[in-house]
Amino acid sequence: MDTMGAVAPIEIAQAREAPLSASDREAVFETRGLTVSYGKAPAVSNVDLPIYRNLVTAIIGPSGCGKSTFLRSLNRMNDLIPSAKVDGEVLYHGQNIYGDGVDPVEVRRRIGMVFQKPNPFPKSIYDNVAWGLRVLGMKDDLDGRVERALTQAALWDEVKNRLKKGAFGLSGGQQQRLCLARAIAVEPDVVLLDEPASALDPIATTKIEDLMHELKNEYTLVIVTHNMQQAARVADMTAFFTLERTESGGHGVLVEYDETPKIFTQPDDKRTEGYVTGRFG
Amino acid sequence: MAVDAARFSLTPSPRTRRRKLINVLMQALATLAALAAVAVLALVIGSVAQRGASALSWDFFTKTAVTFGQSGGGVANALVGSLVIVALATAMAVPVGILIALYVSEFAPPRIADLSRLVLDVLNGLPSIIIGIFVFGLLVIGSGQAAWKGSFALAIIMLPLIARATQEVLALVPSSLREGALALGASRWRTVLGVVLPTSLGGILTGTVLAIARAAGETAPLLFTTSIAANAVTWDPRQPVLSIPYDIFILSESADPADHARAWALGFVLISFVLVTSLTARLLLVRYRKKLEG
Repeated sequence: MDTMGAVAPIEIAQAREAPLSASDREAVFETRGLTVSYGKAPAVSNVDLPIYRNLVTAIIGPSGCGKSTFLRSLNRMNDLIPSAKVDGEVLYHGQNIYGDGVDPVEVRRRIGMVFQKPNPFPKSIYDNVAWGLRVLGMKDDLDGRVERALTQAALWDEVKNRLKKGAFGLSGGQQQRLCLARAIAVEPDVVLLDEPASALDPIATTKIEDLMHELKNEYTLVIVTHNMQQAARVADMTAFFTLERTESGGHGVLVEYDETPKIFTQPDDKRTEGYVTGRFG
Repeated sequence: MAVDAARFSLTPSPRTRRRKLINVLMQALATLAALAAVAVLALVIGSVAQRGASALSWDFFTKTAVTFGQSGGGVANALVGSLVIVALATAMAVPVGILIALYVSEFAPPRIADLSRLVLDVLNGLPSIIIGIFVFGLLVIGSGQAAWKGSFALAIIMLPLIARATQEVLALVPSSLREGALALGASRWRTVLGVVLPTSLGGILTGTVLAIARAAGETAPLLFTTSIAANAVTWDPRQPVLSIPYDIFILSESADPADHARAWALGFVLISFVLVTSLTARLLLVRYRKKLEG
């Protein structure tokens, strides 16, 4: 261990499969010179970041560094904000999702999302999961699909006797797992998680984190988190963003991107080291 | 020490006393004003009920008017007429009103949405007699009166009420729900249909019922469009029909004191209808909210 390793107070998950070197992995996403602006002010600027298949990729960094903006640009959720503008490319299996002829609806059915605050629909637990399936025409074996999604989200046993009850009767943690079930029921390729546990208590958080370990076998997961311990526990790859101050305010930039143990023990950049050791941010 | 006692005194100073007095006075005035509103409502309902009660009978609801001076007879044609006119007006106004609200709150660019809201408010402020004469010029001249033409005029009155009420509940639907639906790969319209509208159904229903209550009492537009009616019950919207508010006007103009009592009774029926529909709307809303919250 070198000296940098000694200063990191964060425990890295053990018993990880031998990390494949990134270049052996298939990249699901590759952003090239990605800049997202609100009006004229860039929120995140010039990001080049590959995201690899069946890994958990964490995006960490201080508030305002554009983590969420970056994440939302991966499934065109920024389209909903009229002033948002995207420059550069987001290649998804080689095709630019902002390219001509690309339908954002088609993008989002392949790239699902779980949000910071649980946002179940005001419907029954069953219909929360079944709604997306119905919309996308995946109506064969609806019951089976709903059960599988709820099982994958480790919620089935808790709700199987109350499927017809309203989703608002669930606890916050259960609601968030329901949102996860809803997202994976439609069999996406990627699931984006925008601080999925920040509104949850530690036990519910642990459940979500455990789930991520399971789910990465089937999906590619990208998680934005404020919580460095969480990134260290769940992520294979970690990207550190920070806020670069300029005269007109500031914008987010990608500082460093590497395998999680390296980011937390031997980061190349001083700013990363400052952040993961708690001296900054 | 005496100085300190004055400085930290907790008993009211003259200035505090004055402020307290003003406080009590204003509170009393506000309470009185609120009570006055309740009193006016109670007085109106009470006097209408008292004067009309004598005319209420089975015949009143089931028979049509009798020849001048004779006893008995009723207002069945006006009741059925109002039912036909208002039902048809609701059928016209509700879908269009909801679509307008959806456009304003879900699809329109912000500037056009603001403009649309302004237009709706202006439309809401148009005197009903103007709408009546407009529909008269548009539909009645040349081809005569008909119940559906009255419905059309009432629908114009209901439209901004339904659209504004709906648009206000749509604005209450959290954007996180829309995002959740869109993130599943739903189109904007499916999101609206499957998540946004069901979430706001209770509010839309309340707005609709309140618009119905308002339309049921409108007289001026019906004056131009469906007032010269046969003294017979008809469900045919192509015929001109009598309506409750217009019949109240006719009956109260009559020389026969029995007709005056009938006018009061009909007024009582109208008030009861408005009260019952408004209260039902409230109840529905409460129940819907409970269901929504699991």
